[in-house]
Amino acid sequence: MSGNSIYQPQSAFMRWLERRLPIAGLVYSSFVAYPTPRNLNYWWTFGGILTFMLGVQLVTGIVLAMHYTPHVDFAFNSVEQIMRDVNYGWLLRYLHANGASMFFLAAYVHMFRGMYYGSYKEPREVLWILGVILLLLMIMTGFMGYVLPWGQMSFWAATVITNLFSAIPLVGESVVTWLWGGYAVGNPTLNRFYALHYLLPFVIVGVVVLHIWALHMVGQNNPDGIEPVTERDTVAFTPYATIKDTFLMIVFCILFAWFVFYIPNFLGHPDNYIPANPSVTPTHIVPEWYYLPFYAILRAIPNKLLGVVALGASIVILAFLPWLDTSPVRSARYRPLYRQFFWLFFIVCVGLGWLGSKPPEGAYVLIARIFTAYYFAYFLIILPVLGRVEKTKPLPASISQAVLSQGIPVGAPAPPPAAVGKA
Amino acid sequence: MSWRALLAALSVTFVVSLTPAFGQEHEAPAPPKNRWSFAGPLGKFDGAQLQRGFKVYREVCATCHGLKLVAFRNLTDPNGPAFTAAQASVIAAEYKVQDGPNDQGEMYERTGRLADYFPPPFPNDQAARARYNAVPPDLSVIAKARGYERGFPFWVLDFATQYQEHGVDYITALLQGYENKPPAGFTLPPGSFYNKYYPAHAIAMPPPLTDGRVDYTDGSPMKVEQYAKDISAFLMWTAEPHLVQRKRVGLQIFTFLIVLATLLYFTKKKVWHAVELHPEELTPRPPLEYPRR
Repeated sequence: MSGNSIYQPQSAFMRWLERRLPIAGLVYSSFVAYPTPRNLNYWWTFGGILTFMLGVQLVTGIVLAMHYTPHVDFAFNSVEQIMRDVNYGWLLRYLHANGASMFFLAAYVHMFRGMYYGSYKEPREVLWILGVILLLLMIMTGFMGYVLPWGQMSFWAATVITNLFSAIPLVGESVVTWLWGGYAVGNPTLNRFYALHYLLPFVIVGVVVLHIWALHMVGQNNPDGIEPVTERDTVAFTPYATIKDTFLMIVFCILFAWFVFYIPNFLGHPDNYIPANPSVTPTHIVPEWYYLPFYAILRAIPNKLLGVVALGASIVILAFLPWLDTSPVRSARYRPLYRQFFWLFFIVCVGLGWLGSKPPEGAYVLIARIFTAYYFAYFLIILPVLGRVEKTKPLPASISQAVLSQGIPVGAPAPPPAAVGKA
Repeated sequence: MSWRALLAALSVTFVVSLTPAFGQEHEAPAPPKNRWSFAGPLGKFDGAQLQRGFKVYREVCATCHGLKLVAFRNLTDPNGPAFTAAQASVIAAEYKVQDGPNDQGEMYERTGRLADYFPPPFPNDQAARARYNAVPPDLSVIAKARGYERGFPFWVLDFATQYQEHGVDYITALLQGYENKPPAGFTLPPGSFYNKYYPAHAIAMPPPLTDGRVDYTDGSPMKVEQYAKDISAFLMWTAEPHLVQRKRVGLQIFTFLIVLATLLYFTKKKVWHAVELHPEELTPRPPLEYPRR
């Protein structure tokens, strides 16, 4: 919408190439001239951060795969070999292990941002659903990756999670045997997890391409949740979004580096430095932090099958969010009631994460049940009803006016309270 | 999303998780924190301490505990114990290593070389269990394979203060945590010892250290406390041999990233200055109303 959106080849070679394969034109229209709403805040950088983290995981992962041995007798030691004898092997492994955490952190921020600003609403439903598919793929990939070092937590996480499928009526036990490739978690399990852990990231890359394609079809949402109307409402992707995103990406890298170089085992569990031992069960089997909320939901339900169903539903329900939220107004900035329920939802999610790390006993179970109930009620009751009863604030006439009223220029009306403190 | 709301949300979570009536997990006291030369962003191993720790390992722990991921050549690591190659060769030569098969197809024993790994104290787990009724764990990564729960507010502080020495502090405490008489009401299973820092208190390992058991030649106190610290530091090195390099590279990366972020911030400000909106350019329009579905 702003600037020259048609690519003009500057050299004879580029003119030649463009007539045969218009790839430079595609890059130009997608990443240079592409109009982005001018009011995007820093929460919109997390999509770029996720792409960056996917790249980091692929590069470090492929090099690690060159040194790793997927065999129950050698896996643990081959990881230690990487840590000790491979040049910068410690760096590769700590980047990869902490990179997974950073990947999930960025994904969760990205999702909460989408929920806060209503980014899943018409016409971005498919974009959102592709995101939910990406989350599912990430969960699977991360879980299988965690099994590969073949430490105690690896082994027992694999045992606990694959056993969940035994809850399926009639065929459950057969499914588990099929997953294991045997009658217990063993070498075939490790081998297939390794193969899938290598495969799934490329599936993720494919879905990311679709995700970005869908994004470029409908354009970005923005903090005010209104579509751009004039040229003044947008700025060109390059240099404006590029420089802003690069800045935050580097700040994010500072956090990443803090983990990798100074506290590389902070997010891990000491038990995973004990080689896998099928005859010794760890006192507490805890998943990685990014699965804890789902783990809490699983354990909050006393029935195993229903627990597994709830675990699956807690993720799948996200795909229906565009239709569960009935409000025509996107951004929480103009939805005073929604904003409160949203933050309560955020607290519940963090709280479920905390409960997932605690043993399922006493008061913990009770709180986990209340939080699980809220988690589902948020989607199934609160959002559908809220859209019909909530009195929303008037929307600004355009993105430009929204930007100006937040900048508080002379003569402009005071911004709504929600707008204070925005990046 | 506003920072204020985010902060409010986080503080509510904070208060909720501080609420008592949930804690009942650990009866074992938290190990006291020690000052370690390798802690913090500028941390380095103290070569002399690692050499003393190695002496404790060799004269005390090695009877039962292996170090199978460590090679004799590692002892010459300048960021580690920093033995000379000659010293490490002498150490290696004190061990018998199984090699083979030779030309006659037979396995044979020879003296250790720098390239060899520390040989295991037992041929297999069954042999260890037959002798000690337990399998003494290999110590190569034990400093990272042990730790203790820090609980909610503390683990957040640990993130900021880079406290990563849970394992070494635990081992140091464990080695000094033996008590001759278990507290009243505690029945000690036969063949085990009472240790207040061990999770279930009944540990199969007898108290390994006594004052004066290992001769120090550098004038360091020959006390259990000193032995415990030295062996723990040594085990931190075996668990994380590239710790010094990691922290040094980290500092360089950090400096680079912070300078780059600063430059990018000001570049971003300058770039965006060019497209700032001015109110007089806009014609006011009435607010939008979405149609109700």
